Amino acid sequence: MNGEPLIRWDWLSEHLGPILGRVEQHLYLAVIAVVIGFVISFALAAVSIRRRRLYPFVTLFATAVYTIPSYALFAALVVATGLSIVTAEVPLIVYTFILLVPNIVAGFDSVPQDVLDAADGMGYTAGRRWWQVELPLAVPLVVAGLRLATVSTIGLVTVSAILGDNFGGLGYYILDGYHRHFPTEILVGGLLSIALAVLADVGFVLLQRLLTPWAAARSAAR
Amino acid sequence: MDILAATAQWLADPAHWQGPSGIPLRLGEHVALSAISLLLAALVAMPLGLWIGHTGRLSWLVVSSANAWRALPSFAVIGLLIPFTTLLDPNLGFTLYPTLVAMIVLAGPPILVNSYQGVAGVDRDLVEAARGMGMSGRQILFGLEMPVALPVLATGMRSAAVQVIATATLGATFGFGGLGRFIVLGDANQDNGELFGGVVLVAALALGTLALFVLLERRLASPGLATRTAG
Repeated sequence: MNGEPLIRWDWLSEHLGPILGRVEQHLYLAVIAVVIGFVISFALAAVSIRRRRLYPFVTLFATAVYTIPSYALFAALVVATGLSIVTAEVPLIVYTFILLVPNIVAGFDSVPQDVLDAADGMGYTAGRRWWQVELPLAVPLVVAGLRLATVSTIGLVTVSAILGDNFGGLGYYILDGYHRHFPTEILVGGLLSIALAVLADVGFVLLQRLLTPWAAARSAAR
Repeated sequence: MDILAATAQWLADPAHWQGPSGIPLRLGEHVALSAISLLLAALVAMPLGLWIGHTGRLSWLVVSSANAWRALPSFAVIGLLIPFTTLLDPNLGFTLYPTLVAMIVLAGPPILVNSYQGVAGVDRDLVEAARGMGMSGRQILFGLEMPVALPVLATGMRSAAVQVIATATLGATFGFGGLGRFIVLGDANQDNGELFGGVVLVAALALGTLALFVLLERRLASPGLATRTAG
């Protein structure tokens, strides 16, 4: 772009503060979306597990929503909810459903009937059985879903940059760099947003080890 | 209601259905470039996935590409390509190329992963039976594994198609053509009819593609296997 060097290190060192601020905003937007998305997905999964006939409809809804391109969804919502955080969060939240709901349902489906019978035989109440037996055994697949949703949401946060300078996290630098023909900004925004997604992915692998120590013990015993 | 009326009015206006920036041309652009990207990605990713699934070699490549796929946001990929594509061509490198390259690159992993999983997931008993009948490796791949894996291959193409259409739409913010342009222009001109018209067209294209692939997957499921699962 006009003989501009790919990276201008002086720009980078002068903007460390604002860049950190964008990283913070990026994580803030992503965490809100994943937390709310998880709560809604858990409810949708709970309904699907109880009423199996509803599950195909829940999946169809989640798939259809996921199929609508993010740019179209963000742009359409601006008219309804303005340039607000709601506009930024709604698409991020609804896109998590297709990654979370099937994994939560599969997680609880993966608990063997024998184990449930054994818990009943030992006199567990329904609530205690859910909390101490079903939930821990469902955790690996639930966390796998959370991992997908978090990584994908961190990527999608960048698109919220189209809502203006107050949004987008690191995506702000991608769009601003494009408009100003300034590669340094584009590279900073692009590379750091990918780095955040990769870090989150690695973080989840560690979390999974922490939450299901028996899985590591089992594979070590093999 | 205002918005619905404005959208309907914009969509119904015959002036928007002709000329070099009319709906048919933008739709054609969107579909053609998506199809080309999908085809190019499939040409590389599908044979590779089938081969990895058949031989079991290099399966780490599939695992890492599945992870990389989620960690690569299309917005960042398009952006990151711009400084390099502009070196090639200052004009097209700033409009067409970055999004087009991103579409091809991002279509690869879902096709690769599903081609691999489709073949690797074929019942080992079936493969053993085929081998016992004296079928060669090639015959097993083309005569057994691929037909059984077809619905899964179609699922991979579906994910890739959805991704490609979305990336093309996003590309409009980076000077790319296609239906996303109506959203960009509607936003710039504060014309809600055009913006929502664009949203409706984009959503219709994406959902239509999804429906088409779901139907295809159903048709491709081997009837022999369907009765097996049912029984």
